[in-house]
Amino acid sequence: MNCSECDAKINIPDDAAVGELVSCPECGADFEIAKKDGANVELKPAESVGEDWGE
Amino acid sequence: MSKICIVFDRLRLEEKMLQEQASKMGHDTIVVDAKTSQISTESKKWDIDFGDVVLERCVSYFRGLHFTACLEFLDVPVINKYDVADKCGNKLVTSLLLKKHGVPTPKTYFAFSSEEAANLINKVGFPIVIKPVIGSWGRGILPLRDKDTTEAIIEMRDIADGSHDRIYYLQEVINRPPRDIRAITVGDQVIAAMYRKSQGDFKTNIALGGDPEICEITKEMEDICIKASGAVGGGILGIDLMEDEKRGLVIHEVNNTVEFKGLARVAKKNIPQEMINFALNHVRK
Repeated sequence: MNCSECDAKINIPDDAAVGELVSCPECGADFEIAKKDGANVELKPAESVGEDWGE
Repeated sequence: MSKICIVFDRLRLEEKMLQEQASKMGHDTIVVDAKTSQISTESKKWDIDFGDVVLERCVSYFRGLHFTACLEFLDVPVINKYDVADKCGNKLVTSLLLKKHGVPTPKTYFAFSSEEAANLINKVGFPIVIKPVIGSWGRGILPLRDKDTTEAIIEMRDIADGSHDRIYYLQEVINRPPRDIRAITVGDQVIAAMYRKSQGDFKTNIALGGDPEICEITKEMEDICIKASGAVGGGILGIDLMEDEKRGLVIHEVNNTVEFKGLARVAKKNIPQEMINFALNHVRK
């Protein structure tokens, strides 16, 4: 899976689930796992942190 | 066996731990991404599978709050309840409720315009802490120590976009060790507590790098945490306490969607298990 920002390779852990975040090791862009079907993974840009985020 | 639903908007370790624990206990689990869900006034409980009970775990306060309202509309048992989330999400409301219910809490002052906030600070004096009424992970919490900084902060708040920025929440500075305490309450029990040490400044949030260290649950702590939980309506809560050198423990915040991965590493009790058991008690028989 390659980063849509910088084309670097992003490794997706085997146990990663839909909804988890992964970061590009090169440019640091964050992506959310949108779909996962075996080795086929679809990423979408992660939401940016909002002012109401957190506990 | 029941079906436990975890509603999330960002799947964190906490949500995975809850799911794993529920499975270990033999229950079905489903995780629902609030961002990809649709609900309407025409929706019926059986249209969407939310299991027998929902643990609402959205990282966004507003998303979680409004999603909870929809779940309650569908008559799905949800933890925490809308009313509890609403109260905990607003620091001003929480402070009023803590005081009203006799929970020791720092002296807190409110103003509803920048002019009156400046007048209030002049009257109360420095230092004083300013906090956003809605916000998290310590963002926007600042100690005000002099007139120039205060004027700058108030001016910034006055031109900010959020309507909540015009509500001023000012709190006395507590003389305490460089740490605070985070306790987790589940129903009428304090199940774990930890010290959060500051990293040199006055904030202690784990999200900012504060070190977790297990804290003994004293009778005093237990009593006031349970009282605080009752004040906001109960449920699964993260309660923040400070050790005032004269008054003893004071509670300054009650959190609705408690993060616990740090504490789970050192706690004696199985935190996700306690939460799942609590949720199961809310399944309609």
